[in-house]
Amino acid sequence: MAYKIVASQCTGCSACEPQCPNVAIFEKAGTFVIDPSKCSECVGHFDEPQCVAVCPVDGTCVIDPTVPRYQAA
Amino acid sequence: MSKLLQLHDFSALGTTSFEQMRNSAAQSGCSSKGGAGKTGCGSAAGPSDLPPEIWEKVKNHPCYSEQAHHHFARMHVAVAPACNIQCNYCNRKYDCANESRPGVVSEKLTPEQAARKVVAVASTIPQMTVLGIAGPGDALANPAKTFKTFELVTETAPDIKLCLSTNGLMLPDYVEQIAAMKVDHVTITINMVDPEVGAKIYPWIFYNHRRYTGVEASKILSERQLLGLEMLVARGILVKVNSVMIPGINDEHLIEVNKAVKSRGAFLHNIMPLISEAEHGTAFGLSGQRGPTAQELKALQDACEGEMNMMRHCRQCRADAVGLLGEDRSAEFTTEKVMAMDVEYDLAARQAYQAKVEAERDAIAVAKQRELDKLEGETASIKIQVAIATKGGGVINEHFGHAHEFQIYEVSTAGAKFVGHRRVDLYCEGGYASETGIEPILKALNDCTAVLVAKIGMCPKDSLAGAGIEAVETYAFEYIEQSVIAYFKEYLERVGKSEIRHVARGDATIRQGAFTEA
Ligand code: SF4
Ligand code: SF4
Ligand code: SF4
Repeated sequence: MAYKIVASQCTGCSACEPQCPNVAIFEKAGTFVIDPSKCSECVGHFDEPQCVAVCPVDGTCVIDPTVPRYQAA
Repeated sequence: MSKLLQLHDFSALGTTSFEQMRNSAAQSGCSSKGGAGKTGCGSAAGPSDLPPEIWEKVKNHPCYSEQAHHHFARMHVAVAPACNIQCNYCNRKYDCANESRPGVVSEKLTPEQAARKVVAVASTIPQMTVLGIAGPGDALANPAKTFKTFELVTETAPDIKLCLSTNGLMLPDYVEQIAAMKVDHVTITINMVDPEVGAKIYPWIFYNHRRYTGVEASKILSERQLLGLEMLVARGILVKVNSVMIPGINDEHLIEVNKAVKSRGAFLHNIMPLISEAEHGTAFGLSGQRGPTAQELKALQDACEGEMNMMRHCRQCRADAVGLLGEDRSAEFTTEKVMAMDVEYDLAARQAYQAKVEAERDAIAVAKQRELDKLEGETASIKIQVAIATKGGGVINEHFGHAHEFQIYEVSTAGAKFVGHRRVDLYCEGGYASETGIEPILKALNDCTAVLVAKIGMCPKDSLAGAGIEAVETYAFEYIEQSVIAYFKEYLERVGKSEIRHVARGDATIRQGAFTEA
């Protein structure tokens, strides 16, 4: 149910952090990470996942295949 | 390590002194310090010249006044790494090309670290009068960090001027806050006013929780930029516009941009060359988009100058550089060192230094005028460019081999005018000629007739002569503009006596890559 950040690509620019409606993004050792338990894929908030839309490096904020897709309650 | 300016004692010239200086500047061809309403070069001071309250704001700002940048330094702190647009000349792994050079990485600081660093630098370097928040990133894409830093700095160092740089996308939303924080200068990077042109520069923007692309993105960006500009001007905040000159994409269009920003009250327009090297990994770098040559850049700046003030001295400093002119003392102020420093902010000492500089600047203006008077009656149509080796203070005081950059002045019977600077690699490293040798320097100075230095060795002097550039030591430790005019006068005399033949010089190269000297 979540997006994740590919750490090797993240520049640590912090642009995504304040955009997340669920405050799911935080800094960890120079790059940013998404807390999968908080990420709602922006469903119900915005049309596009905000972290994906703002991230300067394409392919850095991606669906995490290890967790099931988010279902709106 | 520390470089102190050489200042002589001059008695203050009274309250009218800046008035005189402005007048003499206006008479002698324009540099970048005139007013927004100025319509042409060489016009005498009049109602269209710089209003005193604006001069008061810019006279000590190294980025706004070409003259001030010989005496004062600014520093940037990188507290705002996030950005909300994508530029093709930018690789987000590195610093923002907006206000700094691509290919270098600045140290990211928290607002608390940044404020401490600013105070530490200001206590050590009285010349430091301006704090800017610029790249990497956009100051207003990180409003909380930007304004927190300003707040902390103002608490301890109220005399430091604040400025910020932005791509303008979020500007209209923060104009109130910018005014409330007494930020007196804002730089907006505007590369186009036509979204069709913009689409070739900006692949996307992030706005209103959406990613916009193509012409639509540039349309929003341009509207927000111009609205922000108007709102700032309406509140009396000075606005400088930066434009990156991208040959074949926006080079001719920048004349339109110049008109658009001038009519909206921008105070200064700074056209900077695109810096694009494949190894920086920017979209333009990878697509082989080239930057302009020195002559192309100057021609565009000249074409815009009739319209408004051009800023030719911007050196696209790396965002966290500290110091005067091309000097960089940031290595003395790493976060680690700053945190360990015992800083005491001495306002009185800083003010004393600044008063001394004012007196010195008056003396420079008087000396220049005196020299200019001697040119009276000369009618030759010759125009030459002269390179200067200086480390600040408005004086020719740098050894040729130690120069990181040369200041270029254009001189004719109308007077001397600063037209730009050329960055070079050190020729002399610890007494030995550097590996790359003198070739790159010859290329960088190829459009100059002479180079005025404090000192130069025999070997480089011969190489310069071979390339048709005369190296001159006679003006060592003299004021720059005065010397340039004096040299020109002597040059005319020699041409008149047929001792030398005047030859038009070619184009020169703008050095690519980052200013990474630490
Ligand atoms: S997809 Fe939306 S909710 Fe999930 S981390 Fe990104 S911004 Fe936050
Ligand atoms: S926006 Fe992208 S590059 Fe920037 S911190 Fe977030 S994931 Fe990393
Ligand atoms: S990059 Fe240009 S505007 Fe910015 S501090 Fe350097 S000289 Fe001034």
